[in-house]
Amino acid sequence: MSIWPGGASQLPPVENQNQEGNTVRPKIKNFQDFWCGIFFIGLGALAIYLSRDYPMGSALSMGPGYFPSWLGGIMIGFGVVIGGLSFKIEGEVNEGPGLGEWAFRPWIVLPATLAIYAVLMDAEVGFVPSLIVLITGCALAHKDVHWRETILLSVFVTAGAVAIFSYGIGLPYRLFWWSD
Amino acid sequence: MEELFQNLILGFGVALTLQNLMYCFLGVFLGTMIGVLPGIGPVATMAMLLPLTFVLPPISALIMLAGIYYGSDYGGSTTSILVNLPGEGSSVVTLLDGHPMAQQGRAGPALAIAAMGSFFAGCVGTLLIALVGPPLANVALSFGSPEYFSLMVMALVCASVVGSGSLLKSLAMVIAGLLIGIVGTDVNSGKLRFNFGVPELSDGIGIAVVAMGVFGLTEIVRNLAGTQMTHMILKGKIQGLMPRWEDLKISFGPILRGSSIGAAFGPLPGLGGTISAFTSYMVEKKLSKDPSRFGKGAIEGVAGPETANNACAQTTFVPMLTLGIPASASMALMLGTMIMHGITPGPQVMTARPDLFWGLIASMWIGNGMLLVLNLPLIGIWVKLLQVPYRLLFPIIMTMMGIGVYSLNTSGTDVMLMAFFGFAGYVLVKLGCSFPPLILAMVLGPLMEENLRRSLLLSDGDATIFFTRPISGSFMLATGVLLLLFILPAFRKKRMEVIAEEGQGG
Repeated sequence: MSIWPGGASQLPPVENQNQEGNTVRPKIKNFQDFWCGIFFIGLGALAIYLSRDYPMGSALSMGPGYFPSWLGGIMIGFGVVIGGLSFKIEGEVNEGPGLGEWAFRPWIVLPATLAIYAVLMDAEVGFVPSLIVLITGCALAHKDVHWRETILLSVFVTAGAVAIFSYGIGLPYRLFWWSD
Repeated sequence: MEELFQNLILGFGVALTLQNLMYCFLGVFLGTMIGVLPGIGPVATMAMLLPLTFVLPPISALIMLAGIYYGSDYGGSTTSILVNLPGEGSSVVTLLDGHPMAQQGRAGPALAIAAMGSFFAGCVGTLLIALVGPPLANVALSFGSPEYFSLMVMALVCASVVGSGSLLKSLAMVIAGLLIGIVGTDVNSGKLRFNFGVPELSDGIGIAVVAMGVFGLTEIVRNLAGTQMTHMILKGKIQGLMPRWEDLKISFGPILRGSSIGAAFGPLPGLGGTISAFTSYMVEKKLSKDPSRFGKGAIEGVAGPETANNACAQTTFVPMLTLGIPASASMALMLGTMIMHGITPGPQVMTARPDLFWGLIASMWIGNGMLLVLNLPLIGIWVKLLQVPYRLLFPIIMTMMGIGVYSLNTSGTDVMLMAFFGFAGYVLVKLGCSFPPLILAMVLGPLMEENLRRSLLLSDGDATIFFTRPISGSFMLATGVLLLLFILPAFRKKRMEVIAEEGQGG
């Protein structure tokens, strides 16, 4: 459950007036729905594409490709309807919500940090360095970086995590690359 | 009746062992602690703490997870009373009167009445599960594949219809969830599907990984996107925990009504705590002699919704335990945990593992009592926790998610997947989609495919089997009615708009 029940639809509408002023041309009245439609069409197409090598079988004996192909098709259908409803013929006002401001920094930095942490953990560099990288990376996702605070935080959180997870629960990850 | 008592005695026998009491307490405590943190709902809390339950035997694991679930639910209410910031959807309602009460220096009574109402609702809910569960499971035992398939279709459509956001987008999210559920080895043919050449994906994608991605990571990205989160922490001390006698007298009716509303809504897919709480609030406001008090710190406005929310949280276990069909994303996680522990969910759980079923139910009652005893003295700690700025909080949450997900399978692949779902989740949030339908569909995906296959085998490939068998047909009919109910008012509204526009034009 999110804090905002309407999801992003509560974001302020983005003004997007077309100055051409042509009347009969269909216009996108809701950019959020438009892109959502495109997204689902793409996802459905991907599902069908990925299922191309799986035997379809028939309704009587469904092959591994049957269910995903159908789902892909249904998804494309939903995408077309969602996207289609975002158009309005002879529209003047842009009523629907736009995509709002995109938080590029945390959106890129946080997943990337987790990926780096995953690689470090898999490489068995050690629990402590991996966590320090993870926490430091998190701090970078924020607009204003306080270095002293970040260093203190990573030391304390790492120490806490090692105490709880390594000594408390007994997760068997080595702490540093030189320990075993 | 006698059987009911025997069952409850069996349940309490299981739940009252020292070990299970301890795990119940641990779950309630940790759940409340994480649930108090702003912006983390029950699903993210459960997903985050799930790895802790892996080492436990199945019963203890489920007891602890259930404790985490209602603990975090209650933690969310604490946050919305103390800070003007709901931790989860259902607390939005508590905030309306809870926070004004806190500002008037009555945070103590607000929290106490919330706890008492929740405890009462917990008792009602527990009793209701014990009463309704066995007959429902008996009916469900006679279901064949077509019935199960139709039931799942109904559950998923219901969750999409009543959920927040656009119906079409929610239905598309259902399909997306079913597709994610397909990843892994096809049970029937043994063929690897959608695994992108990654060997770790042959077992499928864990539900905890996806839940933590879309409910945890996406939420953090979203919180960081906003301008600095302003914390309106309550200044001053909370004095006078206990509500006055008149408070109790006023709250009695709302608690009773809230319990019934919540208990009725809980088992229906998608009708989560938020809608129960809102309904209860509206009812209390309607029934009140002086509705203008609402929104300015009326204790009924806290008692009713909080009770409804908790009753709902309790009875939402019914379809999960008796039919093996989750009614909410939290229950989907619960179901996933059962499967992970080698228990096949469904109506047979009650007969095959009565200790598990009744033990869990009894533990819920005990856990609700613990909440009541535990939370009032601990409010001071929760307030302290809320004073930590988000800037320091989210790295800690990220660390817990990182360690938790990695420890699921000791594999970085899971962490990468969580990162991916968090990344994609933010795009979906921006596109106006909501996640509960996705999570529900993801758990049900493999079951749905299997039941579809069996049904079509039964009918020689004739899809009308879902409509011609009486029980299955009624599920499909109900699904159709649900969709119609949703579409009709929308249609009417659309038509009104068109008419209005034409009127202006002419």
